[in-house]
Amino acid sequence: MLTDRQDSFDEAGRDQRRFSVRVLVSLLILFVLVTTLGVRLFSLQVGAHEHFTTLSENNRLRIEPIPPTRGLIFDRNGVLLAENRPAYQLEVTVEQAGDLDLLLERLSRLVDLSPLEIERFRASIRQRRPFQPVLLKSGLDDESVARIAVARHELPGVEIEARPVRHYPLGADFAHVVGYVGRINEQDLLRLNTRNYAGTSHTGKTGVERYFEDILHGTTGHKQVEVNAQGRVIRELSAVPPVPGKDLVLSIDVELQRAARDALAPHDGAVVAIDPATGEVLALVSKPGFDPNPFVHGISHRDFAALQADPHKPLFNRALSGQYPPGSTLKPIVALAGLEENVTTAERRMFATGYFQIPGHERRYRDWRRGGHGWVDMSRAIAVSSDVYFYDLGFKLGIDRMAPMLGAFGIGSRVGIDATGERPGILPSREWKRSVQNLPWFPGETVITAIGQGYMLTTPLQLADVASTLANRGQRVQPRLLRAIRDGSNGDPVMQPVRHLPPVIAREAHWDVIHDAMVESVHARHGTAWGSIGSNPPAGYRIAGKTGTAQVFSLAPDQEYDQDTLDRSLWDHALFIAYAPAEAPTIAVGVLVEHGGSGGRVAAPVARKVIDFHLASQGLIAAAEGAR
Amino acid sequence: MISVTGRELTTSQWLLRSLRLDGTLLVLIGVLLMIGLVVLYSASGESVQALERQMSRIALGAFALLAVARIPISTLRSVSPWLFLGALGLLVAVVLFGDVGKGARRWLDLGVIRFQPSEIMKLAMPLMVAWYLSLRNAPPRFIDLLVVGVLIVVPVLLIMRQPDLGTALLVGAAGLLVLFLAGLSWRWFLGLGLAIAALIPLLWTQMHDYQRQRIVTLLNPESDPLGAGYHIIQSKIAIGSGGLYGKGWLNGTQSQLQFLPERSTDFVFAVYAEEFGFLGVMLLLALYFLIVGRGLWIAAMAQERFCRLIAGSISLTFAVYMVVNIGMVSGLLPVVGIPLPLVSYGGTSLVTLMVGFGILMAVHSQQRLVNR
Repeated sequence: MLTDRQDSFDEAGRDQRRFSVRVLVSLLILFVLVTTLGVRLFSLQVGAHEHFTTLSENNRLRIEPIPPTRGLIFDRNGVLLAENRPAYQLEVTVEQAGDLDLLLERLSRLVDLSPLEIERFRASIRQRRPFQPVLLKSGLDDESVARIAVARHELPGVEIEARPVRHYPLGADFAHVVGYVGRINEQDLLRLNTRNYAGTSHTGKTGVERYFEDILHGTTGHKQVEVNAQGRVIRELSAVPPVPGKDLVLSIDVELQRAARDALAPHDGAVVAIDPATGEVLALVSKPGFDPNPFVHGISHRDFAALQADPHKPLFNRALSGQYPPGSTLKPIVALAGLEENVTTAERRMFATGYFQIPGHERRYRDWRRGGHGWVDMSRAIAVSSDVYFYDLGFKLGIDRMAPMLGAFGIGSRVGIDATGERPGILPSREWKRSVQNLPWFPGETVITAIGQGYMLTTPLQLADVASTLANRGQRVQPRLLRAIRDGSNGDPVMQPVRHLPPVIAREAHWDVIHDAMVESVHARHGTAWGSIGSNPPAGYRIAGKTGTAQVFSLAPDQEYDQDTLDRSLWDHALFIAYAPAEAPTIAVGVLVEHGGSGGRVAAPVARKVIDFHLASQGLIAAAEGAR
Repeated sequence: MISVTGRELTTSQWLLRSLRLDGTLLVLIGVLLMIGLVVLYSASGESVQALERQMSRIALGAFALLAVARIPISTLRSVSPWLFLGALGLLVAVVLFGDVGKGARRWLDLGVIRFQPSEIMKLAMPLMVAWYLSLRNAPPRFIDLLVVGVLIVVPVLLIMRQPDLGTALLVGAAGLLVLFLAGLSWRWFLGLGLAIAALIPLLWTQMHDYQRQRIVTLLNPESDPLGAGYHIIQSKIAIGSGGLYGKGWLNGTQSQLQFLPERSTDFVFAVYAEEFGFLGVMLLLALYFLIVGRGLWIAAMAQERFCRLIAGSISLTFAVYMVVNIGMVSGLLPVVGIPLPLVSYGGTSLVTLMVGFGILMAVHSQQRLVNR
């Protein structure tokens, strides 16, 4: 018993020692583990402290862009062409929306959501930053706003924002000048500075809106806000205000533009009026126009398709992008080339029959007038628009001496107007034909080039520019739409400088000949514009002009052009270039009437109305009458 | 209970002895609970209501501690098997009739109170194993290992089924720690480690998707930054941005702006680390180490085998709690639902822990009485 007890006592002692060893081992292991934790926490809190501080700040702080207000656009007299109107738009913060499909379904029961809007919305989601609201629908009416407001509790993440939206109060008449803004798309993102457009939804797509995007847009401001994990803004920490875009004052005269539009009626066409002294474009009409406002909100596929399918092509900017054969309007340039190259003189007379033949060739090049014009000198040839005289002159000049003069007047190159979509036209030459068609130049092509047919194409803007250069006797001023830039509504407008292009060099006497001939073509009884202008002359001033008729299709050598039997779409284009008052020009005009027929009968009266309106609005006519 | 040593006792010493408490442990626990309340106030968004509820739980826990400290060890030992069987029965009842909360069947509703039987098992397990091993010769033999193995595996599997990986881990650890402290040969632990390693693939197939996801997430939290990895990423940001000195109390942006999930419960350590920095963290770790150390000292001083084992197991389980929680919050271990002991908001685990400390107190005071 005693030994048993002794054994068990010994056993108890052994057990306690064994236990103590285990406890020490446990403490050692625990110490290792706690040290591991300590090292881990040291590496997080001290080693990687800066890294995690950055992450923590990124979590907590968000930079929110403050979009600038887009600059306004005015005409030269202060009439508003593009403004910003508050409009309600529907925005969704996707992070807060939960089930997006369910939300869209609920919303579509409250407002009219087109498939296009949903498609664009989904595309925008992919481009946005986290917690940035995405535009779903703009231009909400009051009723929709009210319906959504009532159902707000079941529309998480949905916000109705009143944001300034571009509006064009004058609508269709200025769409081809001002252009329009639209939702920024992926192509826009490639060219825009995305940082400065962080809060901007729209950008200029065409026209002045596009060309002067940088000036109109302004600089985006930003505010630093503290947000919680739900993305809700807790407070604003700092802000850099945006710099609003600058206002543009265009050279366009709204009243003149409308007068030009009315003058074109009932035809489609284009009118460009330029102040030859400054290059300021007073009117730039492409008729028909289109209402740019639907494009701001995102025009529906159907409406857009309708515009594209419209046979009158309202989306086509005829004034800048339309390329037409200039017809006889450029005969004064060919005449000037003849004089400058000493190929002919103003006084040399020729008997203009009904056709012209290149020596040794069979082909007859017909005059527009069957029997010809009889004896003509240069001035009369221009006034009556004798084709045969210019076939002959062109043949003698050759394309190599004719093309440089046409090129000097800007044919075949863009004038560089400050809007989008301008096309250069075509200045035919040996080099041009070789490079484009890889064919040699034929003499017959020289002959028809002299009367503005064949390969040569010009835009109505170029025709107005030619008229301006003729009015300036060779001084070339670059046409422009921007008259001044104004910094805010109370800033002083900064007038834009006149920009000169390389002048057309010719002797003064030669300019006199051309000038007199262009006056003669309007005001002489035999002039092509006599019937529409000269016979009922404007009071107090004279117009220098030149008619033109551009063939839409080629007649066979023995075929007669008979307007009555032709389909309207095959009628000739009617053209006219003019400047006035002839002695001290303040306006140069280029007119194109699509399928109008004769330039003298159809295009000249348009120019007359535009010139009359302009001079009357400037008080020039009244002043002239008073002096009489 | 006045001392018979003849030395005069101060009032506080007399009070502690009469309440059968260990002053050192009590102070350490008190400090930790205070820290917990301070952090909770910040983590809950300065909610006085949360503070009051936590304080009432602490009061309940303190009452339980005082009550358990008075239970004679012999009584505790004799009820151990019955407590274990009862807890096991309740676990089975959970499987059959349990309430589902947060996607897991853990709760048993007895009409009056709703509780998690797995919490009872946290204490019933070490008590049972200690009871069994105290009946056997030391050190444990293979047959003991087999018996204890069954005692551990059955409740652990039941708890894993609920599923509650964290509690299963703690219950299993509590049992194994008793085995370890009882002096089970190192060879067996080596073998056990190898067996567990071999079982990992089997375990993987038995795991719930969310449990697997947590392990995948641990290995690469950035793989799912807005989903399962979000907890760990935000928690690491909170801890790391705290730096050496912390952002200051109530100034932790990660928690105050609600980037940190579960910030008053399982992830409360991240709030603490963000606001009090590395220095605060070191203080907390030291505090935990001291508590565990004091518990082990109490265990080592105990004369009876049962007392040593139960006190040692409770102390080391407390350590496992702390290591696993901080390890998971700092991204070293997978996210298992284990709270930071005595600091995390939540009643059940707090009361269980306090009862455990009550047992430690009982061991301490009654052992001393035997000695004296």
